[in-house]
Amino acid sequence: MKTLERLSRRPWIWSWVAVFLVWFATIIVTGGASTLGLTQAALTFAAFSIIVGIGQMFVITLGPGNVDLSVPSTMTLAGTVSLKLMDVDNGMILPGLVVAVLIGVAVGLLNYGLIKALRIPPIIATLSMSFIVQSAAIWTNRGLRIKPPGFLAEFTTSGTLGVPNVAIIALLISLGAWFLLERTIYGRWISAIGQSMPAARMAGIPVDGTRFVTYVFCAVLAALAGYLLACFSGGAALNMGSEYLLMSIAVVVLGGTAVAGGDSNVPGIWGASLFMYLVVSMLNTYGLGAGIRLIMTGLIIISVIMLAGGRQPGAR
Amino acid sequence: MTGNGSKAVIEVADAKVSFGAVKALDGVTLAIMPGECLGLVGHNGAGKSTIVSVINGGLTPHQGSICGDGEILARYGINAARARGVRCVFQELSLCPNLTVIENARVLHRHLGGFGWRTRAKEVVERSLDAVFPGHGIASDRTVGDLSIAERQMVEIAMAFSDAGTTPRLIILDEPTSSLDASLADRLLAHIRRFVAAGGSVIFISHILHEILTTANRIVVMKDGRIVAERPAAVWTEQSLVEAMGSVVKGEAHRRKARDLADAPVVVEQTGRGMPFRARRGEIVGLAGLAGHGQTRMLMKLHATASADWLPRRDPAIAFVAGDRRLNGIFELWSILKNLSIASLGDLAVRGVVNSGAETERAGEWKRRIEIRTPDMANRILSLSGGNQQKVLFARALSTRAPVVLMDDPMRGVDVGTKQEVYEIVRQEAAQGRTFVWYSTEMEEVCLCDRVYVFREGAIVAELAGDAVTEENILAASFRAEAA
Repeated sequence: MKTLERLSRRPWIWSWVAVFLVWFATIIVTGGASTLGLTQAALTFAAFSIIVGIGQMFVITLGPGNVDLSVPSTMTLAGTVSLKLMDVDNGMILPGLVVAVLIGVAVGLLNYGLIKALRIPPIIATLSMSFIVQSAAIWTNRGLRIKPPGFLAEFTTSGTLGVPNVAIIALLISLGAWFLLERTIYGRWISAIGQSMPAARMAGIPVDGTRFVTYVFCAVLAALAGYLLACFSGGAALNMGSEYLLMSIAVVVLGGTAVAGGDSNVPGIWGASLFMYLVVSMLNTYGLGAGIRLIMTGLIIISVIMLAGGRQPGAR
Repeated sequence: MTGNGSKAVIEVADAKVSFGAVKALDGVTLAIMPGECLGLVGHNGAGKSTIVSVINGGLTPHQGSICGDGEILARYGINAARARGVRCVFQELSLCPNLTVIENARVLHRHLGGFGWRTRAKEVVERSLDAVFPGHGIASDRTVGDLSIAERQMVEIAMAFSDAGTTPRLIILDEPTSSLDASLADRLLAHIRRFVAAGGSVIFISHILHEILTTANRIVVMKDGRIVAERPAAVWTEQSLVEAMGSVVKGEAHRRKARDLADAPVVVEQTGRGMPFRARRGEIVGLAGLAGHGQTRMLMKLHATASADWLPRRDPAIAFVAGDRRLNGIFELWSILKNLSIASLGDLAVRGVVNSGAETERAGEWKRRIEIRTPDMANRILSLSGGNQQKVLFARALSTRAPVVLMDDPMRGVDVGTKQEVYEIVRQEAAQGRTFVWYSTEMEEVCLCDRVYVFREGAIVAELAGDAVTEENILAASFRAEAA
């Protein structure tokens, strides 16, 4: 009873409850026929929003006004450039990955450069950066669709012991993020900055350095997700990142991270990402029309947020 | 008001309030008569703020009744209290920082609404400011966020005394003088006496005992949620009040023996308008002068030059104890433990990973050393009373290895016993070579310093050292004309 009560105060529990309800509701309709398939698909597609969402969560933790809108274009640019560089050659997989990460570092650096040097609010700075990055992607892509190297295409679409490989990568990244957030000085610092920047400064926290690292971290994760997504879907497309703009923010909020900053959690990202995919597939299974489906998605998300909002404050 | 002279304005009978296992009020009976100034003293967490919340309607007691003018008030709340003329000046400043003084007056007085409210609000607030703090120099069209903390407090006090429709009958002042300097405090105390003489009632809470003794008619001492003593002010002395509060009398704080620090190396230096600022190793340097004359700005400047914004420093050079703890002190979402350890995480971590065992141990040490009153350091920081939050901020700064500690009037809202303990810690640390730069609005604290810089209009105008550090000299320097 006591563990149940403690559990109910965790901000991420509601997204997980929702995941199981929706998963169960879908299974019942299909009569259990596609249980494994549904779970694997959910894990695969959720993996990409988890990787992007974790980066976004770190940025949102920095406090009100902090959000990275350049995520989708960073994904696109990293995907196109790395695929072009690898050029279906298995030997170039590692250089391709390095280039994707470097693109992330560059975008993060420029993002924070704009925020700090020109004193532009992060939301505007990252939005303008996203236009520049997207143009760069269009320029390098030129409408070509290059296939990923065979090994990568195989790796991203298959699984190990029944678990999709991309989900395993997302899990490793999540464990790292959890460790950063809960156990390291850096995690304390971003939480402190998110609660009060003046107080953080007076407590001796290197505020600019910490924020800078966080923006770079977010952009690198977005680039990594773009690299994996391009390989998974058999080639980079210019609009491949677009759905991840709102998705990355939605999973953070649904996962119980405080939008006002300072309080975040990793398990919620998983719950929310799985939930976002499962809701759509549940409504698909029910054979509803597109309009109804969108309305239902909206209503379900609102109800989960309301449930989560009713929790007791002070869990930490 | 004269008609019911014998009936209490507000009377609370046998009020009990508990927060979880903590009994904040344990059967308190208190009546406030018209034309009376009631002094309320007690330690941090004695229940003073709780009884105030009950009287101003913010908190419904779990047991007990509230009467007003002789009749029992069944539905008592903030609005009912305001309609009866009960006003409260909160310990935590409660004006909206993004609005102007006039707009704040409009928020407070709902009757001011309608066409031309700005003119009416301006008149109301300015009349009251002029009455309480003659020569205040605060323009009522300024945004509250731009005012200094002392000016904000003045505006808030003036708002409580202002009359716009409902006449104020009972004013509750919770630590009103803590951010005011001596001359402003005197003006407020004089106004309280005038207000009481005209038939109004005041509940006056302060840790500065002589203010209470000279202003109140009757003094009530609270301890652990109960009233432990109640006598006319004339029969109390500072000594007997301190004894009744239950803290051991440790005698007046003494300045430590003058030490020859002339050869000690200078660790902080700052030049600007006025005299240069210099602090030597192991020195306690005071910043004095009227509130808001550039002392806090100087501390901020010192902090900015010695702290890093981009790369973490291996050895922290400077630590800071906030006075405005809501603004630049506490992290509200966190536990007491995390709030305490944030500045010294570098010492509690190996390669960036926090050692939670060492962290808990360090927190336990400081909990004992400065008696943070909480059953568990994992509780939220906001579960502590204001004074205890301040102790946590103290522990945060002192637990770092920084050789210089800046203190921005940190003793506001801290009780007498704790103050003595902190003074002792400061003295010990200074003897071991730490440098303290201490801005204080309380003369007693300034007089503990080895050397004092007096501020006026943003610049240092005088330097006093050793035996020259006296109340008279400091006052003389703060009021002296520019020619000096």
